Amino acid sequence: MPEEFYSGTYDVAVIGAGHAGCEAALASARMGMKTVMFSINLDSLAMLPCNPSIGGTGKGHLVREVDALGGQMGLITDQAMVQSKMLNTRKGPAVHSLRAQADKTRYHVEMKKVIENTSNLDLKQGEIIEIEVADGRVKSLLTSTGARYETRAIILATGTYLGGKIFIGSSVFQSGPNGLAPSLKLAENLKSHGLEIWRFKTGTPARVNKRSLDYSKMEAQYGDPKPVPFSFLNDSISFEELPCWLTYTNAETHAVIQKNILRSAMYGGQIEGTGTRYCPSIEDKITRFADKERHQLFVEPEGYETNEMYVQGMSTSLPEDVQTAFMRTIPGLENVEVMRPAYAIEYDCLDPSQLKNTLELKSIENLFSAGQFNGSSGYEEAAAQGIIAGINAALKLKGEPPFTLDRSEAYIGVLIDDLVTKGTNEPYRMMTSRAEYRLLLRQDNADMRLTERSYSIGLATHERYEKLMDKLMNIDLELKRLESVTVRPEMVNGLLERLGSSPIKQGMSLMELLRRPEVDYISLAEVDIDRPWLREDVFVQCEIQLKYQGYIQKQLQQVERFKQLENKRLPEDLDYLDIEGLRLEARQKLSKIRPESVGQASRISGVSPADVSVLLIYLEQRNRRRGVDNGR
Amino acid sequence: MFREDTIVAISTPPGEGAIGIVRMSGELSMQIANKIFRQKKDRDITINDHRKMLYGHIYKNESVVDEVLLVPMFSPATYTREDLVEIHCHGGMVPLTEIVKLILENGASMAEPGEFTKRAFLNGRLDLAQAESVMDLIQAKTPQGFEVAYNQLEGHLSGKVDAVRAELLSAMAQLEVCIDYPEEDIEEMTYSEMTDRFKAAEKSVSALLENSETGRILRDGLSTVIVGKPNVGKSSLLNALLRESRAIVTDIPGTTRDVIEETLNVRGVPVKLVDTAGIRETEDLVEKLGVERSKAFFNRADLVVFVLNAAEALSPEDEDIMKYLKDRRAIVLLNKSDLDPVLDEMTLRDRLGNEIPVIRTSLIQEEGIQELEDEIAKMVYGGQMSLAERSVVTNLRHQDALRRAAKSLGDALGSCKEGMPYDFLQVDVRNAYDALGEITGETVENDLITKIFSQFCLGK
Repeated sequence: MPEEFYSGTYDVAVIGAGHAGCEAALASARMGMKTVMFSINLDSLAMLPCNPSIGGTGKGHLVREVDALGGQMGLITDQAMVQSKMLNTRKGPAVHSLRAQADKTRYHVEMKKVIENTSNLDLKQGEIIEIEVADGRVKSLLTSTGARYETRAIILATGTYLGGKIFIGSSVFQSGPNGLAPSLKLAENLKSHGLEIWRFKTGTPARVNKRSLDYSKMEAQYGDPKPVPFSFLNDSISFEELPCWLTYTNAETHAVIQKNILRSAMYGGQIEGTGTRYCPSIEDKITRFADKERHQLFVEPEGYETNEMYVQGMSTSLPEDVQTAFMRTIPGLENVEVMRPAYAIEYDCLDPSQLKNTLELKSIENLFSAGQFNGSSGYEEAAAQGIIAGINAALKLKGEPPFTLDRSEAYIGVLIDDLVTKGTNEPYRMMTSRAEYRLLLRQDNADMRLTERSYSIGLATHERYEKLMDKLMNIDLELKRLESVTVRPEMVNGLLERLGSSPIKQGMSLMELLRRPEVDYISLAEVDIDRPWLREDVFVQCEIQLKYQGYIQKQLQQVERFKQLENKRLPEDLDYLDIEGLRLEARQKLSKIRPESVGQASRISGVSPADVSVLLIYLEQRNRRRGVDNGR
Repeated sequence: MFREDTIVAISTPPGEGAIGIVRMSGELSMQIANKIFRQKKDRDITINDHRKMLYGHIYKNESVVDEVLLVPMFSPATYTREDLVEIHCHGGMVPLTEIVKLILENGASMAEPGEFTKRAFLNGRLDLAQAESVMDLIQAKTPQGFEVAYNQLEGHLSGKVDAVRAELLSAMAQLEVCIDYPEEDIEEMTYSEMTDRFKAAEKSVSALLENSETGRILRDGLSTVIVGKPNVGKSSLLNALLRESRAIVTDIPGTTRDVIEETLNVRGVPVKLVDTAGIRETEDLVEKLGVERSKAFFNRADLVVFVLNAAEALSPEDEDIMKYLKDRRAIVLLNKSDLDPVLDEMTLRDRLGNEIPVIRTSLIQEEGIQELEDEIAKMVYGGQMSLAERSVVTNLRHQDALRRAAKSLGDALGSCKEGMPYDFLQVDVRNAYDALGEITGETVENDLITKIFSQFCLGK
């Protein structure tokens, strides 16, 4: 052990400077906490070690929500964008999801600038090897070089660094992502504090040289002609677009993989960690979907200043020679030169059911945890947890009530509730189908859902808040105007006919007309003579609110039902082992997770509806008994 | 188990009988039984006695309370899944209450109504629909009503509901994949496929709902009102029906004086005759109440039997009533057809249309009663006499849930037609899925459980 020395005192210390760490540190510092963030290597701050894109279905919603709360991810993505696409536009507005291709280097550089220039925030290179806990509460931490920092709260954001082990065929070595140094001591220290640690696995495909590709055999994929920014602070965005390239595997590719499958670390049996179903390796894909003749792959640029290209869809733990061999069977990749081979990585992570929904550990006060270390996968999921952990660490130290979001308020709420309630048996990826109330949780209204709440706890800036207020006021005014302006049949019937909508017989308000499925705001312009100029986000809100009112209403009723069980709090002193109608599994799960409400209890796997009924009846009897006792 | 305490109740109906049964359930059951029950060779009850009838005496201290047969049943193979003991004693109130008192003194507590079944539900032996059918079984008025409840207890209804839910879930899952993986080459479900699948689900729900009317009638009875002018033969009809079928209940107390009910068993249908007093007094309801009030009265009935005298011409009131009957469930009896008929079926068809059956009767000779009973049975069973394979919904709560599910599916289909994206339809599909889940208890509702079990009788 190196000689120890005192190195400083902080309110909040963040371990790890990835997407969770950066958002956590920024939130904490912006809320006035003296904050320090550690990274094993400062050059890897806000690194995108896997795909060069941010957002996507469900994930795009998370980025918008992080932005609405005053986070950084949306703003940095806007600065680093090389392509942008709104997915699912043929479907309803609730599942529109923004996805951007990002320049990885620029992403890192811009985020580092922000971190370095944020007051209350210190950035330090160093590996944390020990957390000191005294009286059930964090006290200090120690770096591998002997520096001890006293701190009132700690946020773990170690990503895939803890106990990191990389697999490329039979080549296995200890490493963090992308060849960076792993963190090998902290996990043992955490275990010594009684934390339950799991082993998860993820992987990334190869990076290949742009000059070795034959573009004539691949299909260019462009983004939207008018890109949409991620951040609500940006009204528009422009950049020089880079295309992605689409191509497919074939029978020959599959044969090469098939022949060598036992040389893969996955199938050879070296890997013990659990991987995600949502991001399968190519050997997994051809094994599980053996009847599928081809699999698509996208070749994506990693940035303006590099020739490295990311081969999306081809993550693998096959040896390097096989990787090159199977890729060279793919049209466009016949002469491909691999620059960085694909690898699988195994790492330590936390059983997230040890966390409260503030992301504080239940067993150790003021120890928070966020990101991939909590069993999630993806930059966006990490950032979303980071900002919530940062906020709650700050609030806790200030003695203020916690900040949590429930499943009806945000995708972030769904994400955290899923992790802490259900736990996860594979790296957790956000998807829109995980959100029950997604008609309300749209990416277009994240600011309306969250910004005011963040402003009230001192995180979202005044600029953000003012912008939201302005938007709300304009929406309100426009809705009133649409209701009050009536158009006569002779003015509008021609337009209606062209739109394939039935003609009207007497005057009708613009509001009523907009409710028709065939009519939209933009096409109504020609009969709406006095229409004021409005920002697109304003009239889009008006349109969505009017057009889908019936559906939104129904969803609100569902939320009401959801809240009934959510508002039924479970007393903290409840001894589940003593409630004998509960099945044994339910008793154990409930005792371990200690849900805050009957609603949360009902989502724990292993707790059946009958168990929930038992709980409800137990609570009622308990309340009655209390009532009688109090009456005496 | 669910509550630590052991519960006890008298499980046979109040009143005197040859045998009465006291039942107890819970951890202490065997311990209490061993304390108060002595067999000839004074040995304790063991697991080997599971479901066996043991002969012996119940003792209070050293004096015999009663000579009994006792059945011990060991957890989990019992109705409540707890240890359960049945004591078959003499049927008077004295031995029954003495035994219950004795058990209470030994540490058990009095069961709440429905608590045995509630425990069966809470301990996972029955789902909600099954638990509710227990109550229907107890209260069944006719063998057919019993059969329906029994099928439900066996899980027929839950099975059907679960099948529809599984289908909805699979459709939802397939649709969700396309939303979450827009760039994968997965085939998207077309509107016509979506429509087909939701329609199929709606059809299953509607079929259950259609049967629910039958179920309700089998459970609660077919309330029937007989109308017709004085001396038209209403009394003869009543007497014939009463002779033909077993009267189940007479003069239900507490009903108002001018609405007195009798329940008959007509081919398994409990037919509740309304205002039999009025019929006996040979006073016509319509004359007594006036046409308007009569109509209001008819509105509350499931079936109107309108008796006409074939030997007389139609009066303006008759015409009026017939107009009213046109879109209701009704049977017209053309009585005294053996006499010189003035009225024929053609005249009536002109006024009634083809839907309402007209039966020629001679009630004094008891002719035409069979046909009337056939018609009633046909109306209720809808042509299918066997209920064995049908899941008949008897419960109002289930009906309500099914109706909401059907409506939500209808809304979803409407949105399909308008070409709304799936993510909107999903709200309605989800509502249907949840509503169906309420039937089996998969969707947990706040106060539901307590509400349901409070309707039970004591001892079940």
